[in-house]
Amino acid sequence: MNVTIVDYNSGNISSVINSFKEVAKDKVNIEVTSDLNKIKLADKVVLPGQGSFKSCVEALNNIDGLTDILNEFAITNKKPLLGICVGLQMFADIGYEETETKGLGWISGKVSKIDNQNGKYRLPHIGWNQINIIKESKIFKNIENNSHMYFVHSYEFIPKDTNVISATTDYSSNIVCSIEKENIFGTQFHPEKSDKVGLKIISNFIDL
Amino acid sequence: MLKNRIIPCLDVKNGRVVKGINFIDLKDAGDPVEQAKIYSDGGADEICFLDITASNENRDTIYDVVKKTSKKCFVPLTVGGGVRSIEDINKLLNCGADKVSINTAAVENSKVVIDSSKKFGSQCIVVAIDAKKNGDKWEVFTHGGRNNSGIDALEYAEQMEKNGAGELLVTSMDRDGTQEGYDIDLMSKISSKVNIPVIASGGVGNLDHLVNGIKLGKASAVLAASIFHYGKYSVKEAKDYLDSKGIPVRI
Repeated sequence: MNVTIVDYNSGNISSVINSFKEVAKDKVNIEVTSDLNKIKLADKVVLPGQGSFKSCVEALNNIDGLTDILNEFAITNKKPLLGICVGLQMFADIGYEETETKGLGWISGKVSKIDNQNGKYRLPHIGWNQINIIKESKIFKNIENNSHMYFVHSYEFIPKDTNVISATTDYSSNIVCSIEKENIFGTQFHPEKSDKVGLKIISNFIDL
Repeated sequence: MLKNRIIPCLDVKNGRVVKGINFIDLKDAGDPVEQAKIYSDGGADEICFLDITASNENRDTIYDVVKKTSKKCFVPLTVGGGVRSIEDINKLLNCGADKVSINTAAVENSKVVIDSSKKFGSQCIVVAIDAKKNGDKWEVFTHGGRNNSGIDALEYAEQMEKNGAGELLVTSMDRDGTQEGYDIDLMSKISSKVNIPVIASGGVGNLDHLVNGIKLGKASAVLAASIFHYGKYSVKEAKDYLDSKGIPVRI
């Protein structure tokens, strides 16, 4: 099996690579690439993302044909895809970081700045926070409710259809931190930085 | 609920761990990769490496340490010391660091913080402020505490937030290595001034100091080196203690 991490100059993806390789050991081939053919032929795709919504979307668009291949992979062929952090946020129709930017439009909704209640809460939301699992998700197999995950973000994904939400986390408000819609998975937190419980989520995705 | 973080810091010189007393009198005490793994297995919320001689010695050893550590530790790894340019930041991130802390370069050239936070995202840019009290204010020091920039630390903190820093790592030069506790006055003043997380550093000698850093200093995270490194307390003991004092921690 091939799990392909999309390398599209979205910032630092070393930790994502290290954690997937740690979980995969020799059983699964972890590919890191921007090669369209390799992505097309992958069994599973991981879409990481760091920096701003705008910079990540621009980086995706800078690689000719990449969004088309991702659309084909996730929407037409319905193969498993995991978005991490801004990777998840880009599923939305639109994002408001820096300027208004169009997302992939896979899951209807918007990405806007976390309401920090006039400075009552610090931003970015950095550190370990607990997840409230509100819907069974395949990537949460054997993950206890209220597990701690590592977060670092200032923007949140607000999907129109709340049925896609699999977990939230409490900060200044109830923040969507995990979604599952058919074959599409996403986490706002960083499983690759969330210690053993994070690696378990990665393992669940690889085992799908 | 967001938890307060405990961050053990390892001072690294030529690929080996050391911890200075007031930045001098170094002792060699172990392999950084193994130490980091012990900390992350013990529940450390993040790991911090400070390459203390980076400004004036061969620093390629730190890249190797970061590479090896990032393959074994799956909690965030911050690396600082001698980070001068976008290229340095890029190289550390590529080796597996999750955040980079910038000290001297942020004082000398504000563009480094502005440009790097745009390029890599604020989430990985930590500005380290070494502050020393002078009368009723604190001044920012550079070059591992050797040079006084004369800049007011509170104003500087605010400026760094504007420039795009994701967090501030605030070290009291007066307290560092003394084991007398954080400079609470400094921490709380900076914490009140900015709206990004503040990591308190410098002076931890016992677990009450960690409690005070969070409760009185209003820090989001507490950094300590020697109390963990020489085995005085384990990270778990520290977390249990904070928990017993009503501070939310990840256990």
